[in-house]
Amino acid sequence: MGLKRNVGLMEGLRYQGKGPMLAFILHRITGLGIVLFVALHILASYISNLDWGTTAGIFVNTIYEHWLFQIFIIFCALFHAINGLRIVILDLWPKLIEFQRETIWVEWFVFLPIYAIALIIIIRGGLGG
Amino acid sequence: MKTQPRTAPQRGFHFDYLMWLFTRLSALAMYLLAIVGIVAALLMSARQNMTMPDLMRWAFMPNPNHVANTNIPDIEAWKGIFWQVMGILMLLFAGSHGFHGLLNVLEDYISQRWVRNLLRILVLLIWPLMSAIGIYVILTS
Repeated sequence: MGLKRNVGLMEGLRYQGKGPMLAFILHRITGLGIVLFVALHILASYISNLDWGTTAGIFVNTIYEHWLFQIFIIFCALFHAINGLRIVILDLWPKLIEFQRETIWVEWFVFLPIYAIALIIIIRGGLGG
Repeated sequence: MKTQPRTAPQRGFHFDYLMWLFTRLSALAMYLLAIVGIVAALLMSARQNMTMPDLMRWAFMPNPNHVANTNIPDIEAWKGIFWQVMGILMLLFAGSHGFHGLLNVLEDYISQRWVRNLLRILVLLIWPLMSAIGIYVILTS
């Protein structure tokens, strides 16, 4: 490991990578969100089947079913899935790398309508519609 | 300052390349599993009575007990080994994809070597543990 890691956090935040950087960093954040969510979700379903853990497990799962949490986790799942598909397509057809900024525009045009529909459904359900 | 010559990355099939490829292929596999789950839910007449959590459940973990409150009339016909295998496949793909991603993130942001190695070992311990717990939950719940 000959890599020097001497870029501080503030210096990193000031880096103006524009679209590709935003997609990259959101991919990481949403990925970490999904790992945390899925791991805790599996643990919660496991302990809610045990004698001592029913209350705790059901408590965690009711948080997950809350509509405010769904707004977050749908963002994570949808963005990670769509950006991941973009990465897969670019990596399997390397000639498309030339158009990677354009693919990010396409990605947002695909992501935003789907997320908007999901938001409408979630919020309408959450407000009891 | 004298710079050390860096060894060129190994060409061809080596572990990092395989994991890089696996990340892409498991993503495609999860797309396939999610599409199968959603299409099956629609075939089971879930079109009118799916909420957003139900859609997520069918897409990502379609085992019968997980989606029982979708209120699908003929879910009994679909209980069985098929959806358990689907669930386990999704769990293993998602787990290896996710924990490998976590290792990549650690690699990039944790600068102290011993902390990085500690967290790496921790992740590599949690990964099979969570997979085992997940398979147990799928098979018993």
